Amino acid sequence: MTEPQKGRRSFKLPSTMESVAEVEAAAEKLAQEAGLDEDEGFRVVMAVREATVNAVLHGNGYDPNKQVSVSFENNGKSLVITVADQGEGLDPEKIPDPLAPENLLRGTGRGIFLIRSFLDEVHFRQLNPGTELTLVKHLTPAETKNASQDLDTK
Amino acid sequence: MALSIATRQLDGVTILDLSGRITLGEGSVQLRDAIRDLISKGEKHILLSLGDVNYIDSSGLGELVSAFTTAKNQNADVKLLNLTKKVKDVLQVTKLYTVFDIYDDEAHAIGSFK
Repeated sequence: MTEPQKGRRSFKLPSTMESVAEVEAAAEKLAQEAGLDEDEGFRVVMAVREATVNAVLHGNGYDPNKQVSVSFENNGKSLVITVADQGEGLDPEKIPDPLAPENLLRGTGRGIFLIRSFLDEVHFRQLNPGTELTLVKHLTPAETKNASQDLDTK
Repeated sequence: MALSIATRQLDGVTILDLSGRITLGEGSVQLRDAIRDLISKGEKHILLSLGDVNYIDSSGLGELVSAFTTAKNQNADVKLLNLTKKVKDVLQVTKLYTVFDIYDDEAHAIGSFK
């Protein structure tokens, strides 16, 4: 893992469940430092975990030759997290709606929906190869103040 | 923290007291195996007590749904008890809150199987 650089941390990890746990721990730290309350923190961490599971499992298929690239940034107004894989790509338009009656009792297919539900913005970008998800959580004025105070004391 | 499962019987209901996380790689498979084991033994009334489950992901949700549908296919019932706020939040967002029978009181939940 690389050292933090000007408020932005980025790292490349192997396609394993251990990497998922590592990214989840980093997301918890980001949410805590941003001053998110427990509920909002949980939602951010869960969304990041789901995105990372997708990258490791569905994108890279646990391939030891493929990596997951993750970055975390608190720019004072928002938390911006990117998760990229090296898989065959994902078309978000083709993801079935898990709330549709015919899909409600399916055992899979809720990960992207949860990410979209729990964050303010989700953007997909096709890479060659792979997919990059950008997850954005807007900070409230109080949280923005916390972020500023954190920066002031560093 | 991985998932731990303790099983007990009360008034004809098998109660699984779950504690920890129900996530991919940490509890989903354990839950699946436990439910399948009970159903294969002919258990019809299964209550999942989730008061100590502090985290569930989409994989864990999938296991709860699979438990529900597997039970239904065998004329059995899987119901939920004591959801934590986080689990309730996720079930509501995914509309699964409307699928399951959910209780806050164990005696009430047990009585509902009769």
